[in-house]
Amino acid sequence: MGGLQIPMTHVLLLAATLFSCGLLGLMLRRNIIFMLMSLEVMLNAAALAFVAAGAKWGQADGQVIFLLILTVAAAEVAVGLGLVLQIQRRFKTLDMDQANRLRG
Amino acid sequence: MMESLFYIAALVAVMSTVAALTRANAIHALIYLIVSLLAVAVLFFLMGAPFAAALEIVIYAGAIMVLFVFVIMMLNLGESGVAREQEWLTPRNWVVPGVMAALLLLELILALRHAPALTSGISVDPKAVGLTLFGPYILAVEISSMLLLAGLVGAYHLGRRFIVRREKR
Repeated sequence: MGGLQIPMTHVLLLAATLFSCGLLGLMLRRNIIFMLMSLEVMLNAAALAFVAAGAKWGQADGQVIFLLILTVAAAEVAVGLGLVLQIQRRFKTLDMDQANRLRG
Repeated sequence: MMESLFYIAALVAVMSTVAALTRANAIHALIYLIVSLLAVAVLFFLMGAPFAAALEIVIYAGAIMVLFVFVIMMLNLGESGVAREQEWLTPRNWVVPGVMAALLLLELILALRHAPALTSGISVDPKAVGLTLFGPYILAVEISSMLLLAGLVGAYHLGRRFIVRREKR
C-alpha cells in the first residue's frame, strides 16, 4: 500500500499554508519581482499537494502533474521576467501601481 | 523519527517563505526563497518522490532562481558600489538562510543513511514516472511542449526589444 507515513491532513495543511503565504504576498506586495516570487510559491504549494497525493496512493500521476506544473512555472517566469524588463525600461520603476494602464 | 524530520522541514519551508516575502531587498528574498524550495525538495524526498526532489532542486532552485538573479542584476537597482557589496556580505544577511540550509542538509544525510526507514515505505521511482508520462499523459507532454515554445517566443520578443533599444542609444 501507499507510502505516506505522515497524516495526509498535515501535508495538505502545509500546502495550504504555503499557498496562502504566496497569495498574501501577491496581494500585499507591489514590487513586480516579489509578485512573481509569490506566484512561484503558490505553484510550488500546489505541486506539493500533488506529490503528497501521489505518494499517498503510491501512484506516479502526482509526480507527472508536478512535472507539468514545473513546465508552467518555467514558461510563466520567462515571460514574466521579460515583462519586468519592459516595465522597468518604460516606467523607470518596479511599482505595479505606476503601471495601471494597459496603454503605457 | 521520520515524522520529526518532516515537521522540521515543513517548519523551515514556512518560515523561509514568510521571510522571503517580507524582505525589502530582492536578492535577500531570493536567498530565502531558495531555502524554501530546498525545504520542499527535502519534503518530496521524505515522501518517497526522489525524482521530484531532484527536479525541484535542478529546475526550481537552479534554473528559475538563476533567471531571477540575472534579471535583478540586469535591472541594476539603486546605487552599486564596493561599500554596498560589502554590506551584502555581512554575516547578518546570510547566517539565517545558511543555518536553515545546513539543517536541511543534515536531514537529508540522516534520511539517506537510514534509507528505507526514514523515507516513506514505498517510493515512486523515476521509471514509473517516465512510463506514466509517456503513456496516458502523452497529450499533456505535447501540450506542455507547445506551452514552452510559446513561452520561449514571448520571452524572446519581450527581451529582444529591450536589447535593441539599449543598443540604439
